[in-house]
Amino acid sequence: MPEERQPILRFEHVAVSFDGVAAISDVSFEAFEGESRVILGAMGSGKTVLLKAALGLVKPDSGKVYVFGRDLTVLPERGLFEVRSKIGMLFQESALFDSLTIEENVAYPLVNQESIHCPKQEVHTRVVEALKFVELGETLEKFPAELSGGMRRRAAIARAVVTNPPLTLYDSPTAGLDPITSHTIMALLIKARDVTHTTTLVVTHRYQDGNLIANFRYNSEQGQLEPARNGTRRDVRTTFMVMQEGRLVFEGDQTRLEASTDPYISKFVKHHT
Amino acid sequence: MLDLLKGPVAAVQEFFILTGQAIRNIFRTPHYGDDIALQMDTIGVGSLGIVVMTGFFSGAVMALQFSRTLAQYGQLGILGKAVAIVLVRELGPDLTALMVAGRNSSGIASELGSMKVTEQIDAMRALGTDPIQKLVTPRLLATMLMLPVLTIIADFVGVFGGWVVAYASLGQPSRQYWTSAWRGLEWNDVAQGLIKPFVFAFVVSLIGCYYGLRTTGGTQGVGRATTQAMVTASVLIFVLTYFIAQIFVTQT
Repeated sequence: MPEERQPILRFEHVAVSFDGVAAISDVSFEAFEGESRVILGAMGSGKTVLLKAALGLVKPDSGKVYVFGRDLTVLPERGLFEVRSKIGMLFQESALFDSLTIEENVAYPLVNQESIHCPKQEVHTRVVEALKFVELGETLEKFPAELSGGMRRRAAIARAVVTNPPLTLYDSPTAGLDPITSHTIMALLIKARDVTHTTTLVVTHRYQDGNLIANFRYNSEQGQLEPARNGTRRDVRTTFMVMQEGRLVFEGDQTRLEASTDPYISKFVKHHT
Repeated sequence: MLDLLKGPVAAVQEFFILTGQAIRNIFRTPHYGDDIALQMDTIGVGSLGIVVMTGFFSGAVMALQFSRTLAQYGQLGILGKAVAIVLVRELGPDLTALMVAGRNSSGIASELGSMKVTEQIDAMRALGTDPIQKLVTPRLLATMLMLPVLTIIADFVGVFGGWVVAYASLGQPSRQYWTSAWRGLEWNDVAQGLIKPFVFAFVVSLIGCYYGLRTTGGTQGVGRATTQAMVTASVLIFVLTYFIAQIFVTQT
């Protein structure tokens, strides 16, 4: 291969089906270090399954999934834990453990992932740090049910990034949230990406989320998003992917996406505000 | 025809795989001691009230019914023995397991089912824990430890309930009742009575876990899993009761 860098995440003709119904079929792509990928698609187009396959939570019927160069499809469940400890995942409905407090939730990956090796006395400090990062410093003792939807989403982001994973996956981070909260959440994702330079995959059905990821960056001095001028972030590029009924129907940059004449693809772009 | 059987056979296979994994995890690290203690509290201490109530009244009603028949033959003296044998061999373990199944199989199924539909089980796997190790094995261990204890309590409270009826409403001397109950029991009765809760512990805990972990279809699915777990566990308890009795009866 002419590519000098190893992809962090590689799908090779991956197909997953549930009870004989194909969820994704023949999906192939590669994601490199520092890259952002926005996966667009309608509900049921296989976006979530794709992320779960990247974590090894669902086993493909055929094809290979490589994460950090390791083939997930041949690893046993316990062998997957080490790979998963390098991946942060935000689940669609946050998936916080509702019998645990926010502090225990965010501490969960630090305490339970053997390959993280976080000393016991450091856990609390890192949890507080992660919660401050998502601006939820005051909620340590609260239970998930006591928080609003947006706050739960933020706590879940804290849980996803507390281990500083080099790869983060976000499943519909803005689903079911109002526009203002959505913007806050997206700003946090971009902050997490730009502060720690992680490879980021975001699944969404909103084009404006993808637009933010592609064209904005986090200014750590002012603490807010700013438009990325050409040339300032050469190192980071954003690739768009569009899923339709389990197939990857588009892969390319924003310019190509907006130029696409395919009726399904342009439906997502038309929402562009 | 074969297609019709495919579903149930696959379900039985999955259940046995889950059982195998749960048992294997007992001997593997990490161990979640806190979870075992918490489950012992929920399953054991939590069920104590209903087990005592059912035990007491089943013993009392048995004494009442037996007394009529036994009195016809002038054998009221062996009332204690009759109550004790029936309770220790059959009704104590069975009723306790049924009560715990009604309370905990459904409870486990709805708890794990809600976790499944809100992706908490996936999150658990993503964050480095094996859900079977963290959720299923502690419930199995807790039930295996608590169900025999609850059964012994139910047996005793049942015999006590029989005594209350014998003493207060039939006027039988306490000594006669207790001596007959104590002398009437043989090792075989006690063995059968104590093997059953171990077998039922698998049914009560693992049926709940099995239906919980395979829940699909949102909150409606959780409701379905809860009902199925309770019904299946209760029916299996009756089926197993027969087979265990068959083994013990033919043996003696």
